[in-house]
Parts: sequence; structure tokens; C-alpha cells
Amino acid sequence: MGLVAFFVIAVVALLGALGLVLSRNSVHSALFLVANLFCVALLYLSLNADFLAVVQVIVYAGAIMVLFLFVITLLNPSHEEAPNQLAGQGWIAGILAVALLLEVGGVILSGVFSVIKSPAVPPVVDWGDNVHAVGTLLYTQFLFPFEVTSILLLVALVGATVLAKRRL
Amino acid sequence: MLAPLPHYLILSALLFTIGVFGFLYRKNPLIMFMSIELMLNAANLTFVSFARYLGSLNGQVIVFFVMTIAAAEVVVGLGIIVSIFRARADIDVDDVHLLKD
Amino acid sequence: MVSNVWLVLLFPLVGFLWCVFFGRLWPRLSGWIAVLMVGLSFVSAVSVLVGVLALPANDRLRVGELYPWISSGAVSIPLNIFVDPLASVMIVVVTGVAFLIHVYATGYMSGDPGYGRFFAYMNLFVFSMLLLVLAGNFLLLMVGWAGVGLCSYLLIAFWFEKPEAAAAGVKAFVVNAIGDAGLILAASLILITFKSLDYVTVFRVAKTTVTLGSGEITAITLLLLVAAVAKSAQLPLYVWLPDAMAGPTPVSALIHAATMVTAGVYLIARASPLFTLAPFTMTVIAWIGAITALFAATIGLVKPNIKRVLAYSTVSQLGYMFLAVGVSAFGAGIFHLMTHAFFKALLFLGAGAVIHALDGEEDMRNMGGLRTRMPLTYVTFLIAALAISGFPLLSGFYSKDEIISLAFTSPRGSVILGVIALFTAGLTAVYIFRVVFVTFHGKSRVSHHLSEHLHEPGMAMALPLVILAVLAAIGGYVQFPGEGFVDFLQPSFSTFGVTPAVEQGLNVGLAAASIVLSVGGILIAYLIWGQSLVTAENLGKMFAPIRTVLLNDYGIDALYSMTIVALARGLGRLFADIFDGLILNGIIDSLAGLVSGLSVVIAKLETGYVRSYAVAVLAGAILIVAFMARGGL
Repeated sequence: MGLVAFFVIAVVALLGALGLVLSRNSVHSALFLVANLFCVALLYLSLNADFLAVVQVIVYAGAIMVLFLFVITLLNPSHEEAPNQLAGQGWIAGILAVALLLEVGGVILSGVFSVIKSPAVPPVVDWGDNVHAVGTLLYTQFLFPFEVTSILLLVALVGATVLAKRRL
Repeated sequence: MLAPLPHYLILSALLFTIGVFGFLYRKNPLIMFMSIELMLNAANLTFVSFARYLGSLNGQVIVFFVMTIAAAEVVVGLGIIVSIFRARADIDVDDVHLLKD
Repeated sequence: MVSNVWLVLLFPLVGFLWCVFFGRLWPRLSGWIAVLMVGLSFVSAVSVLVGVLALPANDRLRVGELYPWISSGAVSIPLNIFVDPLASVMIVVVTGVAFLIHVYATGYMSGDPGYGRFFAYMNLFVFSMLLLVLAGNFLLLMVGWAGVGLCSYLLIAFWFEKPEAAAAGVKAFVVNAIGDAGLILAASLILITFKSLDYVTVFRVAKTTVTLGSGEITAITLLLLVAAVAKSAQLPLYVWLPDAMAGPTPVSALIHAATMVTAGVYLIARASPLFTLAPFTMTVIAWIGAITALFAATIGLVKPNIKRVLAYSTVSQLGYMFLAVGVSAFGAGIFHLMTHAFFKALLFLGAGAVIHALDGEEDMRNMGGLRTRMPLTYVTFLIAALAISGFPLLSGFYSKDEIISLAFTSPRGSVILGVIALFTAGLTAVYIFRVVFVTFHGKSRVSHHLSEHLHEPGMAMALPLVILAVLAAIGGYVQFPGEGFVDFLQPSFSTFGVTPAVEQGLNVGLAAASIVLSVGGILIAYLIWGQSLVTAENLGKMFAPIRTVLLNDYGIDALYSMTIVALARGLGRLFADIFDGLILNGIIDSLAGLVSGLSVVIAKLETGYVRSYAVAVLAGAILIVAFMARGGL
């Protein structure tokens, strides 16, 4: 039963990804990506990452994608994309992507990393309140990265403002 | 609905690959950027899966940071794209090749 | 005091160094310092000679070591000195004549912009020549040999702005290089055969190490002969000496009459223990000497340039010395070397006085009647001419007579050699008195404005002329009566088992014959050139073809030019144009082209397109993952 749910969600996620890549209309691509993000959020839920699932929806799908859509409409993407000009780029892209997939897939399935194979039964975890647990970690063990990240956000803010100005 | 770990990893790999392909194949910078987001997402999924199966919350904390950074990156990246392509008629990444030898 | 021998070498070296640093700053002073240094060297040389004389007759060899120069395995070549009667006599002659010529040169070269440089070279030459004479081993000999060769080049081409001087300098150097090659090969063979280059060691074991007339010793001595022939301007390597007259006259006097050219004779005398073991080589030496003497004497009959005639005369007289040593008459050869140094230097200095007085004129056809205007020069020149003709009682008579006599009587001599020597003596008288009569007698053919310029040389030039005239006159009496000189030299040879041929008493018949020839020659010269040149011109027309042949050196220069020079030029062209131009340049150019081409190809990677770069990044990432996975697998 649980496995079926997983596969359904997985298929939708994949379709969303393919839609993103193959769609001629930028807005459609953005919406496909939103769908993908939702599916991934559901998967997070299945993995006992409640906090992250919610953050994914609010921040990624809610804020970042909205921003994308703003820019898409700002840059007026109604034109059809011209056919690919770089010689052989399509072929190269395809081949390399497949190569990467096979490589990573091979690594995963080959059983080199015993941790992938052995848990036939997923281990029992008791994290209690996920938000509480993550929060605790953030403010104790990962305090320094947390603070640095906040500075990073400040930098991004300043950068965006500078870029947006027509004249410095 | 917890699936075995390999399932999550394969899914993640597929999503990543699609993102890679999208980045290389498309000429629209916005689509390319969204492909990058897709790749990041795939990586996040891997992190969370391992966090679950290794019983450590560190993976989730990492994902937290990745999301934050992704947000910052999107902001700045889109700002750049807007400044470059603001004045142009159609947006094509191949038009920006002034560094050509 | 034999230990003064180091001073003999030191003084000219100091003189050279002084002139190098201060010659341009204070030319006149440097000139006098150079003269002084050679003078001091002469004094030291005399003291060495006195010291050697004071030693008991059978113990007159002294060897001294300055510095253990090379010491490698079994071979040890120190910087050492070898003093014996032969060496002591040579250094006295060299320094003495050099001193007189240096004094002369202060007058002759005054006003020349290269005055300081001249004396630097002259002192360096004296040093090198002394090193050559005093060396105690073959390697040090080579150092001196090369040194005199270098100085010869520098001094011949002293007025290097004159193309003929520069060319003559190069010619001298190149021809001497052939001799140098022979010397190096000989030294190598000596080292291989005798395991040492030291004179004492080699000479002592010579008789026991090689058999008489064996291939090795013949090879060694023939190679040494090549060196001697080149340096002493014998056939076939004499060609550089006539051209060397392009240098200043003091140079011609010192280097190409009295000292450097005698180095070949000295070498043969010094290495006599080796040469006497190679009878074939000795025969070759004697014949080269005789034929060269005759050959050069005939050419001297027709050349119009006064210095050239003297050059050919030098070649001829050196032939006599070669003849002497070739018939094992080493002492006689050195005796003639000494007397020749006196009268030949005097002849050159006298010619120099004439040239100086005539503001550079060297063609005898533009001279004549100078004896009234330059009496001192005339008298000294005449004395020298009489000496070289073998006029009785003068030095040349004794030395030349000794050689002619031994050519007949020595166990290695032969009648033919003797006859050639005798005949050439007659020719000598003819050609030298041709010079005397044409230059100093008869009507003056000097151009009008030059004849006002005519003057006797100043004191600096005149004094050496007088001193040399005295020496040319009485120099023979160190030998006569008896065998004083040759006896003195005897130990130099007998110490190592060499028995030189010595004259047994005075051969009256031969002496008479040579007197007749010498006087007869003077008379013939007087008849042809004594009064006016008309007879000479008529004779010239009658024998025009022979005259042309003689004027062109029997065609030898032309022969060399067509064969060897052309060959060398061709080789040079081959290397310069093809090897260097095409091949080497081609290699370098293609390497450069390769790099250039590669860079063009590689530059194509920078397309400027983001997506191409992305492809590259991805490809790299895939490789890295594969690598890491492989490691895990």
C-alpha cells in the first residue's frame, strides 16, 4: 500500500520534471516545476521530515517559484524558442545525461555502499516533534552555519538591490 | 508509505539527470535556472532519505541550509538575468558569448 | 744563477700586464716599460747562461717545478722548467734580439695610435716564446707554441683596418693551426707511447721503449715535423710568411726572422732523442730543408717588395737550419739559428729604416741611391748582407759553412744535399746583393717629395742597428776556432744518448768553394743591378716566362687557393646554408609552428557559450564520479 503511494508520487514528480524540461512555454515550465516541488514535499513527509516538507512548500514553491514567474512575465517569453544553434549540443546533452544516470545508478545498485542494501527493514526512528528536533540542532550544533547563512541572505539582498538599479 | 532506500535514490538520480539534460539542452536562461533548482531538489531528496535511513537528523539540517542558499542564489541569479536580458527582444543564452576567444 | 730562470719569464709577463692596463693611458711610458722588462729579462737570461756555464760540463741539466698543474691518475703534468745549454743559449738570443728590437720599435712605432697595444702584444710574445723554449714538458710547450701563434696573428694584423693585414693574419693563424694539430696529435701519441709528457722522463726511456725506425716513433716525429714545418714556414706550409710582411717591420724582424719561426728548428733539436730514433723522418727533414732553401732563394731573385725578399730569404735560411738538424747536426743548426737571428733582424730593421724614411714605400723599384743619404743604414745593412752571403770572417760564413760541410760529411748527409746547399749559398749572395744594389746604389728613383723626407733613423732606431751589426760581424767567433759553441751545446743532446754530427776539422776545399760562391754571387749581382737597372730589365724580358713563374711562387698559392681554400669554403657553405639554415632552422621553426598550431586548436575550446562550458563541467564531473566509484569498487 505505502509502496503504491510512493510510486504514484514518484511518477508525478518525474512527469513534472520532464514537463519543465520539454515545455516550450516558460510559464508552463514553471508550473511543472511547482508540481514537482509539491511531490517532493510529500516524499519528505514520508521520510519523517515534516518541517522540511512545509518549508519546501512555503519557501520553494511559494516564494522562489513566484519570483520565477514574476521574472518570466517581466522578460516576456511569448516567443517560441529558436532551434538549437550549437552544433550537436542536443546529442551531447543526451549522451552525457544518460552516462551520468547509468553511472550513478550503477553505483547505487551495485551494492558497494552496504548501507543502501542492508536495511531491508527501515530502522525505527523516534525523533519526536520534528520541528523541535531540527530547531534544537540548528541552534546548538549548527549555530555557526546558521548565523553565516543569515549573513548570506543579507548579501543576497544587497546584491539584488544593486543589480536592480538602472544606474549605480 | 516509506519505500526502501534504493527507490528514493533512483528517483533522485532520475530527477537530477533530467535537470542536467534540461540545463544543457535549453537556451532560455530561465528554464536553465529552473533546471538547476530541479537538481538541487534532487540532491535534497537524497539527503533526507539518508537522514531517515541512517537515523541522523544532520541530513535534514543540511537540507535546510541548502534551501536557504538556493533562495539567495535564485534572487541574485534572477537579478543578473534580468539585467542582462532586460533590453533584448528574445532571451537566448547563446547571445552572451563575448568571452569567446 | 740558474734559479733566475723564473725571472726571465716573469718580466715580460709583467710588461704585458702593465701595457694591457696602462698602455692606452700612458703609451710612451708603457713602451719604455716594455723595453725595460725585456731588458731585465735579458739580464736574467744572461745570468742563467753564466750559471749554466759554471756548472760542471756533464751536469748541465736543471729542472724546476713551479706548480703541480695536472695530476690525473697515472698522468702528471706539472708546470716545470727545463734548463740546459740549449735552452740557456736560446733564451739569451731571444731576449737579447727582442730587447734591441723593442728599443727600435719605440722609434719606429712612435705616433701610432696603437702604440700601447703594440708593446703589450710584443711583451706577450716574448713571454710565450720563452715559455716555449723553457717548457719542461710537451704540454707546456704547446701552451707557448699557441701563445706565439696568437701573438703572431695579433701583430701581423696589427693594422687591422688594412684588409691585406687582416687577411694575412688569418692566413698565418690558419696555416699554423695545421701545425698545431700535428703537435697535439704528436703529444697524444707521446703520452700513449711513453705514458708521460715530461721531457726528462720521455727522453730517458726513449731508446728502450721504442725500436729504431718503428711505426710509432716515425708517426710521432712526422707529426712533430708537421708542427715544425708550419711554424718555420717550410714547404709546403710556408705560404703565410711572405704575406705576414703586412705587419709592422719590428714584428717582421722579431717574430718572423729571429725568434718565432725558429721554434720549429728548436723543437726538432729539443726532441732530438725522439728524432734520432726515426731515420725516415730525419731524411724527410733534411730534404724539406734543402729543397725549401733552394726554392725560396730562387723566388727571392725576382720579388720587388723589399720585405718580401727578406721573407723568402728567411724561409731559405730556415731551410738551411732544417737541413742541418736533418743530418743530425743539431749544434750547427742552432749555431746558424743564432747568427741568422743577428743578421736577419738587422736586415729587417735596416729595411724598416728605409721604409720609415720613405714614408711607407716598400717597392724597391721606387728606391735607389740611398747610400749617400742614409750612410749608417747602408753600412749596417751591408754588413748583414755580407754575413748572410757567407762572406769570410763574418758570422754567417762560419755557421753556413758548418752546415754545408756537414751536409756532405755527416753520416746522414749526402752529396746531393751538399751540392744543393752550396748552390743555394751562391743564390743567397745574389739575391741579397740585388737588394743592396737596387735599394742603395745607382740612380735614385725616389719620388721628388719623398726624397726631401729622407733622413737617417733616430737614435732609438739607429743604436740597435749598430749593435746588431757588431754581433753579425763577430758572432761567429763563439764557435771558431775549434768547436766552442757546438761543444757547449753537446750535453743537451748527449745526456739523452744523442750523438750529433760534428765537423771534423776544417775542410779547406769546401771553405774555398763557398768563398768563391759568395764573392761570385756578389759580383753577379753587381753586374746585373749594380750600376743601373737596364741589364736587369733586359734579362727580365729574356727570361720572362721563368720570371713569371717565380713571381707567382711557382703557382703554389694559386694551387692552395683552388683546392684547399675552395674545399673549406664549400664545407663552410654546406654547414651554414644547409645544415644550419635548412635543418636546424627548420627544426626550430617547425617546433614553433607546432606550438602555434596547437594553440589555435586549443583556443577553439573557448567558445564563449555558457552551455559548452557546462558540457565540459559535466563531462569532468562524470569522470570524477567514475573515478571515485572505481576506487570504491
